[in-house]
Formats: sequence, C-alpha cells, structure tokens
Amino acid sequence: MKFINLLASAVLALGTASAAVAEDKTKVGFVYVGPVGDGGWTYEHDQGRLAVEEHFGDKVETVYQESVPEGPDAERVITQMALQGADLIFTTSFGYMDPTLNVAGKFPDVKFEHATGYKTSDNMANYSARFYEGRAVQGHISGKMTKSNIIGYIGSIPIPEVIRGINAAYIHAKKVNPDVQFKIVWVFEWFDPAKEADAAKALIDQGADVILQHTDSTAPLAAAEEAGDVIGFGQASDMAEYIDGPRVSSIIDNWAPYYIARTQAVMDGTWESVATWDGIAPGMVEIGEITDKVPADVKAEALALKESIAAGDYHPFTGPLKKQDGSDWLAEGEVADDGTLLGMNFYVEGLDGDIPQ
Amino acid sequence: MLRLEKRAQPSKQWAALAPVLAVLITMVVGGGLFALLGKNPFEVIRTIFWDPLFGEFAFYYRPQLLIKAGPLILIAIGLSLGFRAGIWNIGAEGQYIIGALCGAGVALTFYPLDAWFLFPMMILAGALGGWAWAMIPALLKVRFGTNEILVSLMLVYVAEKLLAAMALGPMRNPEGHGFPGSRNLQQYESAHNAELFTGSGLHWGGITALLAVICAYILLNRHILGFNIRLLGQAPRAARFAGVNPNRLTVFCLGISGALAGLAGMYEISGPSGQVSIDFNVGYGFTAIIVAFLGRLHPVGILLAGLLMALTYIGGEIAQSNMNLPAAAIQMFQGMMLFFLLAVDLMANYRLRLTRAEVS
Amino acid sequence: MDLSSIKPALLLASLMIAATPVIYAAIGELVVERAGVLNLGVEGMMITGAICGFIAAVNTDSPMLGFMAAAVGGALLSLLFALLTQYALANQVASGLALTLFGLGVSSLLGQGYVGIKPPSTPKLDIPVLSDLPGIGTVLSAHDIMIYLGLLLVAAVWAVLKYTRIGLILRAVGENHDAAHALGYKVVRVRVLAIMFGGACAGLGGAYISLVRVPQWTEGMTAGVGWIALALVVFASWRAGRVLLGAWLFGGVTVLQLNLQAAGVAIPVEYLSMSPYLITIVVLVIMSSDKNKAPASLGKIFHASS
Repeated sequence: MKFINLLASAVLALGTASAAVAEDKTKVGFVYVGPVGDGGWTYEHDQGRLAVEEHFGDKVETVYQESVPEGPDAERVITQMALQGADLIFTTSFGYMDPTLNVAGKFPDVKFEHATGYKTSDNMANYSARFYEGRAVQGHISGKMTKSNIIGYIGSIPIPEVIRGINAAYIHAKKVNPDVQFKIVWVFEWFDPAKEADAAKALIDQGADVILQHTDSTAPLAAAEEAGDVIGFGQASDMAEYIDGPRVSSIIDNWAPYYIARTQAVMDGTWESVATWDGIAPGMVEIGEITDKVPADVKAEALALKESIAAGDYHPFTGPLKKQDGSDWLAEGEVADDGTLLGMNFYVEGLDGDIPQ
Repeated sequence: MLRLEKRAQPSKQWAALAPVLAVLITMVVGGGLFALLGKNPFEVIRTIFWDPLFGEFAFYYRPQLLIKAGPLILIAIGLSLGFRAGIWNIGAEGQYIIGALCGAGVALTFYPLDAWFLFPMMILAGALGGWAWAMIPALLKVRFGTNEILVSLMLVYVAEKLLAAMALGPMRNPEGHGFPGSRNLQQYESAHNAELFTGSGLHWGGITALLAVICAYILLNRHILGFNIRLLGQAPRAARFAGVNPNRLTVFCLGISGALAGLAGMYEISGPSGQVSIDFNVGYGFTAIIVAFLGRLHPVGILLAGLLMALTYIGGEIAQSNMNLPAAAIQMFQGMMLFFLLAVDLMANYRLRLTRAEVS
Repeated sequence: MDLSSIKPALLLASLMIAATPVIYAAIGELVVERAGVLNLGVEGMMITGAICGFIAAVNTDSPMLGFMAAAVGGALLSLLFALLTQYALANQVASGLALTLFGLGVSSLLGQGYVGIKPPSTPKLDIPVLSDLPGIGTVLSAHDIMIYLGLLLVAAVWAVLKYTRIGLILRAVGENHDAAHALGYKVVRVRVLAIMFGGACAGLGGAYISLVRVPQWTEGMTAGVGWIALALVVFASWRAGRVLLGAWLFGGVTVLQLNLQAAGVAIPVEYLSMSPYLITIVVLVIMSSDKNKAPASLGKIFHASS
C-alpha cells in the first residue's frame, strides 16, 4: 500500500508541477507489441495515433513505445507512461491485459484502454473490432470466385478471434457455393513471413485458388501472385501494393475514429469504462477497395452484404447453424450472443479438421 | 609498429578501468548516433544512464533494476563457473524455460491448494528442471564427447517449442476464454513469488542471486573445487596431473548453471511474469552470457555488469517513450556498448608495445 | 483427410525455395567454422543483408544489384565481428551475440522508410532441358537464379575445401592454429577473410528472404532463420554436401507439416517442429565417436604469442 500511496502522490506532485506547462495538453500513450514498421497490426495502431495527433493538433501530445514484450516489461512500460503524466494509455495486444489491469489499479486517475482482451475495471476499458463481419464479406467473395472450390485459410494461433473469422468466412462461402471446401493451416505465429509463404504454397499446391490469411505479412499474397491464378485479401492493413495482382479486397483495422473519440472523452471528462466491440458500422472494420478482378455482380452483392451488416439488418452468425459435431447451435433466425462469440472454440458444421489444442 | 604482448598477469588496473572507458566511448559514439537522428545527444544519454537512478521517478525505476538484473545475474553466475573451466553452456535460455515450466507445472497441478509448502516445492522443481535439461549436454559430453555448446543450443529450440505446446495445450487456463497461456500465478497466493518488501522490487529471485554471488565468490577463492575449476580452464593438462576429474567437473558446472537458470525461470514465471505464455522467454539466457563476459567471469563483476545491463534496458525504454526514439536506436546503442566493452578487454590481458618491425 | 492432394513434385519444388536462405547462411557459417571461428551473429548479418539488398534493389530497380549490396552489407557487419575477435581478441560467443543485437538494430533503423514497398521481382530461369524431364522437371526448373547460384556455391565450397590449397590452409587454421602459424600461414588474415565470406553469404540469404521469398521489408523478418543456419552447420558435421541435405530436412519438416495440415491431417505441430533439433543432437552424438569432429580450434582465441 505504501508504494501505491507513493506512486499516487508522485502523480499528484507531477500533476501540479506540470499543470502550468501543459494545462490544456492531453497526453496519450500507446504501447505496441511489434515495430511500427510491421506493415500490419502495429502499423495500423500507429496510424490511429497519428490520426489523433492530426485531429487535435496542439491539444494533445502522444507518446508510444514499440516492440514491448508481453509480461513484466509491459507492466514497467505502462507504469512509466503513467508516471510521465499520460492521461490515457492504449495497450494494443492481448498479452498486455493483466499488466494493464495491475497498473490501472495503481493509477486511479489515469484512463487505460486494452485491446482484444476481456477484463475491465473502473479506469480500464477494453476494445476490439468485429473482424468477423469483414470475414463474412470475404467469404462471400471467395465462394463466388473459387473455381477449384478449394479455399485455403492461413490461421495464426487458435484463439477465438481467429476461429470466429474462419467460421464467418466459411458460412458465407458455403452459402453462395455449396461445394466449397476449406483447407486450414495453422502457422502458430502472428508474423513469420517465411512460414506464411510456405503455408500459402502448401495450400496452393493442394489446389486452393483463394487464400485467406489471418497473419500479418504480405508473404501469402506474394505466393499467390507467383502462382498466377490465385487471389487473396489484405489483412489488418490494405496491402495495396498487391492491388494490381492477387489482392481483390482487404480487411482494414481502422482504430482512428475510436482513438479520437476516446481522447475527446478524456478531454471532456466524460470518459467511462466500457467494453467496446465495434464492427463495420462505426468504421472500425473497413473493407478495402474491391478490385475489378471481381465481377460486377459479385462486387455488388458483397457491398450489399456489407451494408446490411453495417445497418444492423443482418448478423453474420444467424441460424440455422450447427456445430462441427452436428449438434445444434443456433435455431432458425436466432443470432449468436456476444458471450459465445467471444469464447468461440468450435468450428461450424461442414469444416474439416480439428482445432489444435 | 604497434604490437600486442600478452601480460603475464591480467592487469588489475585495466580490468577495473576498461569498463568505464568502454561506457564513455559508447556515450560519445552513441551520442553521435542520436544526434544524427535529430535528438539532443546529452539529453538521451542522461535519460538512459541518469534518470533511472536519480531522476524524478527513480523510486520506481530502482526496484525495477533489481527485477531486471536479478535473473541476469543468477544465470550469469552459474554460466561463469563453467566458462572458467572451459565448459560452454550457451543453452541457459532453454534451462530457464524448463525451470519455469517445471515450477509452474507444480503450481498448476496443485491449484487451488493453499499451502505453505507449495512455493518451496516450486523452487525445487524449477532448479531440478533446469538441472535436468543441462544434464543432457553434460552426460552426452562425458559419455560420448559430444560438443556441449551445440547440444545446449539445440535444446533451447526444443525448449521453446515445448513452451509453446504447453501454453497452447496442457497448461492453458481453463477460464481463459480460449486464449493460449496459463492461469496467472500472481493471483494464486501460495504460488506467487511476491515482492518481499513492498516497492523494493526484491523478490526471492533477487535474494537467490545475491546468495549465488556470495557462494560463487567463496567457491572460487576459498575452495579447492573453485581452484580445480580455474585450473581446468587454464591448464587442462596440469589439472589432470593434479588429479582433477574433468568429467566430474563438467557434470558439476553444467548442473549448477542449469539449476540456477532453472531457478531464474521459476522465479520469473511465478513473480514478475506470472503466466506460461508462448512469448514467456525474452532472452535472459542469452543476455546472461554477455553479462558473464562483461563481468569478466568474476562474481562481483557479474553483479555490476548485470545491473549495468538492466540500466540500459530501463533507461533505453524511458528514452524511447520520452524522446520518441525508435526501439532500433536503443538496440544499436546496446550492441555498441557490448562491442566496446568486449574490445577494451584487450587492455587487461595484453599490452600495446611500440616495436620495430621484426626481422625474420 | 486427403493425402492424395499432396503432390510430391510440387512439395519438393517449394522445398527448394524454402531451403535457399538457410543454405546461403549455413554454407557461409560453415566456412567460418572450418577456419576455427564460431560466429553466433548469423541472424544479425542476415537481417542486415536483407535490408541492404532491399534498399539497393528498390533504388536501382535491379534485384542483382540488390543481392550484391546485401553481400557487401553482410560482409561489412561481419568485419566488426572480425575486428573484435581477431584483433581485440574478444570472446567469440559474446561478440556474436552482440553482433546479432547490433544487426537487428541497424537494419530496422535503415529500413524505416521502406515499409510497404514492393521490390522489383527476380526473374525466373526456365532451363529448357531440365523442365522437360518427367517428374523432376517441376522440381528442378523454373526457379530464380539465386537458387541455382546457392547450389553452385555449395558445390564450390565443397570443391575448394577438399581439393585446393586455399581449402587446405583454411582447414589447417581451423584445426590447429598454432601449428598453422608455425608453418607460416597468416592465421588472423585467413580467419578475417573467412568471417567476411560468412557475412556476405548470410547477407545473400537475408536478401533472398526480403527480395524473393516474401518479398517485402519488415523489421525482424528473418524470424530466426540465422539460428537455424547455425544448427544446420552442426547437423552437417561441417561438410558442405550435408548442408544441402540438412537444409532440405529442416525445410522439409516445415513444408511437410504445413502440407499435412492442409490435407486435413491432425498433427502435433509443436512436437513435430522439435524433431530437426533432436535429430541434430542425435547426429552430433553419432559423430562424436567418428572422425568428423568439430574443427579442433573452434571458438578458441588465437594470439601469436600465446
């Protein structure tokens, strides 16, 4: 307890000391798991940070730290940002959940936001994106585009988010193409270009002509380009450098609106601890430009699907749906609840293979 | 021309002076680098070396130094014994992982049992795990003469895969919403390696590291075993005549270094880290090799080197977030410091002589 | 499960590509180790080569110039290691680890403006006779030139080590530097050159990843290939020919497990990917009773007066 008091008083002291200098400046901190130059996950978070700077100009100061390992180092980095007077801190990886919670307990006046986790506290919110909404659109396009009826899917680590993505893509591919078959390869890394390239090649060699990826590098797109008649999608960021090649569309993580809104809330004193899970509608998940490789009618259907998801008319997990083992999951017209989705650890009916344990 | 001449005895003055010199050179060259990146070099250097110790928030950073330096020192002490005897265990990272897995395994098996004996059992399991992992290269070397550098390095990769398998499979938290990673041991009182004094940063790992420094000092200076270790390293043939059994020493040195690395891993996983996760290991086992050499394989030197290394990590982090320096610049800076520290070592063991060109 | 969907020829062809970066890095490190030097900085040199090659290729629009720049970059970085270990007589293990740290830092600093750019593509060679061969045609043909150069390099290193005077001197220096010195060979000079050769090869391997394999620049993109190269040299028991075998085995396990997954076979991925390392240990044990031991002076410091 003594330590907490000490920290708190230090923060107070700093607060009063620096109040004169930076009275109207809100300081926002960002903790990144990868380098800002990863071109994927961390890159998009940093774009969000830059958007905050752009939007508020002189009224904010942002700080960030890249390549912070999950664990004790993260806790120190977050504490340090809080000590240095950050008002709001975004921690952008699942593994930062417990460290963020620990630090949040010590700094009741600082607001914390943790990405992709499930814990909150009085001054710690969490946020994530409904990427599966984008996956549904991808699934639709894939199902229409495949000629071999084999779609390859590169999975990173078997966690609910990735499994949701596979299910959402499969359901919507199957809907437009009953003969479609998914081949799933797990690489057990979020980012390993060489392995991703191997995985994409393995899938293409086995007849896949559409590659979906839940890993962060462009290596699978490069492999698709080399193979010729194969298409793929950008993941996390637009991957527009392959727009003339295999990339027909993409899912873009757009954190900027959320970061700006939350910074504004801190400025206005209206910040509250919430669990945010936003999708296409508020713009957290964007569908990148659908190229002309996709026939006009398919493109129109895909955009219509996107619109109906955004408008709330349609939920990608709507019954009737069965689990892989044939047991009932959702009845006709029933919509999956967020609790089940957040902990999703099963495939839907029709998918082959087991989720690695 | 300039010529290097080996000193009969390593120079004591140079041994003490060289590290200071190296740090100074690093500051100058590194300062140049930071200036090139458009930052004020004096401010960066001050942030790295001064702020963690005496800056505004030093009350927080000083304990963090202990947390970061503890495992480095603990592992490096173990390694230094072997290095002195010419036994090269470079797989401490693997022993660290296995120690952590064994310690956490005990805790997770007994969860949620609340008992005083749990933590001592974990300590034992951690040490045994690291020891056993190090016994593989040791026994292979003794029995078949297999190179221990390479076997211990290979076992690092094996340990990393095992860690991933455990985090994804058997040790996964059943209440973790399907995410990989075990329960957090910080929230399991009986198994938590908590700070001994609140806000001190000192946990059992730090105590063990200090004990290891003292024991290693006594062993090397006051004990026949320590003498034998040094003898084997410096004059293997003489050692054999003096009745030293190199096999027994190999087993001893690798065993000790494995056990200490295993302990470090166990303290880390039950304390600061808390979780068996895929990215649990952050390279302490490899950094400790550098620490051992920076400390000149001397227990007190290792203590200081470990603290210095921790300082550059923590100071580097502060410099990154306060001055928006890229992480890469700090990494380069650390690499440079190691280069210079290693390079000036020359002055302790050799002297520069101005000589005429040799006539041969 | 549908094993028939795995086509052996295609599998072998992708194996050729998967193995190339590690072949370059390993054959370079092999020469270094045969000269009696253990450089653990392969990962650092590879990633430096990857970015140097990428920068040069993007700016000149020529992949070949890129590969040259990569070799130069890797060699320059290894020169640091050479200075430390050969002139300042620093410990090789520690210097190598420091080199990796430094290389990772240098590369990401250099690469800051190069994220999200696509490099010029490396042309493919269609070898007329080879591609017509039934079966192995697919395996051997229509690769980029760097794959063939890699194979040539392995053959060249093998021949030089076995048949030439340079090879003899190199091996003498690696086996017993004091004796080599007494015979009048310039131990330090030989080793510095070997180290630089190793650096250049590692650089080429890195550039193969950033220019052909991925192709793109991202920080830390070599993702541990350098460490695998180190394992490979040991696996190969310091024989050039066996480097190829080892690279295909190491690459093969990865490619095969991905293919098995794609075919729907449930396999314990983590345990399977341990196997190359365990096999390496077994090979080491078998070798230790054999004559093909590690170079006797491996990792030892040489100074003329000692």
